[in-house]
Amino acid sequence: MTVTFPQKGLPWLLLLPQLLVTAIFFLWPAEQALEQAFYQEDAFGLSREFIGLENFAALFTDPLYYQSMLTTLVFSFSVAIVGMSLALLLAVMADRVIRGKLAYQTLLIWPYAVAPALAGVLWWILFDPSMGPIALWLKSAGVDWNHYLNGNQAMILVVIASTWKQISYNFLFFLAGLQAVPRSLIEAAAIDGASPFKRFWTIVFPLLSPTTFFLLVVNLVYAFFETFGVIDATTKGGPGQSTTTLVYKVFNDGFVGLDLGGSAAQSVVLMAIVGLMTVIQFRFIERKVQYS
Amino acid sequence: MIENRPWLTFASHATLLMGIALVALPVWMALVASTHPASAFGAGHIPLWFGDAGAETWGTVLFEKAGNGVDTPVWFMMLNSLIMALGITFGKIAISLLSAYAIVFFRFPFRNLCFWIIFMTLMLPVEVRIVPTYEVVANLDLLNSYTGLTLPLIASATATFLFRQCFLSIPGELVEAARMDGAGPWRFFFDILLPLSRTNIAALFVILFIYGWNQYLWPLLITTDDAYYTLVMSIKRMLSVTDGDIAWNQIMATTLLAMLPPVAVVIGMQKLFVKGLVDSEK
Repeated sequence: MTVTFPQKGLPWLLLLPQLLVTAIFFLWPAEQALEQAFYQEDAFGLSREFIGLENFAALFTDPLYYQSMLTTLVFSFSVAIVGMSLALLLAVMADRVIRGKLAYQTLLIWPYAVAPALAGVLWWILFDPSMGPIALWLKSAGVDWNHYLNGNQAMILVVIASTWKQISYNFLFFLAGLQAVPRSLIEAAAIDGASPFKRFWTIVFPLLSPTTFFLLVVNLVYAFFETFGVIDATTKGGPGQSTTTLVYKVFNDGFVGLDLGGSAAQSVVLMAIVGLMTVIQFRFIERKVQYS
Repeated sequence: MIENRPWLTFASHATLLMGIALVALPVWMALVASTHPASAFGAGHIPLWFGDAGAETWGTVLFEKAGNGVDTPVWFMMLNSLIMALGITFGKIAISLLSAYAIVFFRFPFRNLCFWIIFMTLMLPVEVRIVPTYEVVANLDLLNSYTGLTLPLIASATATFLFRQCFLSIPGELVEAARMDGAGPWRFFFDILLPLSRTNIAALFVILFIYGWNQYLWPLLITTDDAYYTLVMSIKRMLSVTDGDIAWNQIMATTLLAMLPPVAVVIGMQKLFVKGLVDSEK
């Protein structure tokens, strides 16, 4: 792009709305979080004192924080792996069929539009220990399902609800990836006598690696930051701390626990993590994993 | 089709149908649950087939009150959700179009710095900086207002990138020709740039509408006055009633109504939706 308009003041006017919103609602709060992280404030916001790195020191010596980190990792990788495997299976099948492809696609992608909180509520009622059909069925099969008391079961519930919403996204990208695999390669392998399963694992799956890697990053980001609604509507981080992810903890410590300094310190740590993930996303996905 | 394997084709269809059934299962159950009176749930199980109280529940929820602690009818909250979703969508598209235009078609000092400042918003999702953002909005006296619901969410690095990419692909000759014919920057923007980016705007509109409609944490924090309740967040208020029985039939009807508009958008504008999804990840 070489041809431009000569005006000098106009571009600033055009940028003004975006820059103003960014400054007021993004940079200012970020700066506040950074500042607050170095202070201790009483719950009423009446006084505060500078305590240096104490909030961070408290954070990194708090076993609950490490537990929450572990919870986040377990949760995010479960969501990513379960969601991607199911979506890949469905995408491979949808790529095979000739009739009804668009109808299948339509019927599989709509959960993308459901708000995370609503997805949580929908699955909660299925798994409710006293009346949910799946919970009652599990009970008759000998599994004592009660996600109000059992932390692992609560985790399974939020993973299912979060995965359900994300399958559509993974499905669409895998389907696009599959359609980009050159037909000639698969035909050649078929002539050489490779079975459909062998063809998939030795040709198609390796060729999908850029898509897979991209989806892994996107899914982790999704599980980290966009599943707040699922957790808040169903388990509220409990029982105990078993479904308190890092993002949920920032909210919970800040608004419920009123530990503003601690919450701010967590915000700062999270911003660093998002920054890192964004850089990874751009650095690696721009270049992409290439095999051709 | 590379070879004819009837059993594999059959297995494919079967897997897809099972996938569809699994994906639809919770919605089916919610639909069934909403057609029974609230008392049906006390019996220790959810009825598995439709009851006959559907019309009554849906009517009450839509026009009288959502129930379970929320006294606002669903149609009213739908209106609030619509205002918020459209405010966020149009706001994001407008300010992103303008800033991408400035960055691509003008040369001015600190151009790259501006680009990076916009880029940084990608790193600061609202969930991460929730406490200080709330304080800023409270200081500006924007709690319980439509401005407070929309304005803090309309900065968008993704949309700016998308439009920048789209503008960069416009040939320089077109700009030159327009300038030679005496078109100023505004005329160029409205008569050439906007028509050229029509499909991009439409695709982005679909994605952003879903994003705006589904906002949860933000409206939950800043609306305490039920005149500003949005539909998605009202579910949380309905669930947090502690005394008495939870009226699951009303909660399910409200949940289904809350997901209806964005799901309809995805199904009705499937092509644009897929385009928007793929574009906004570039």
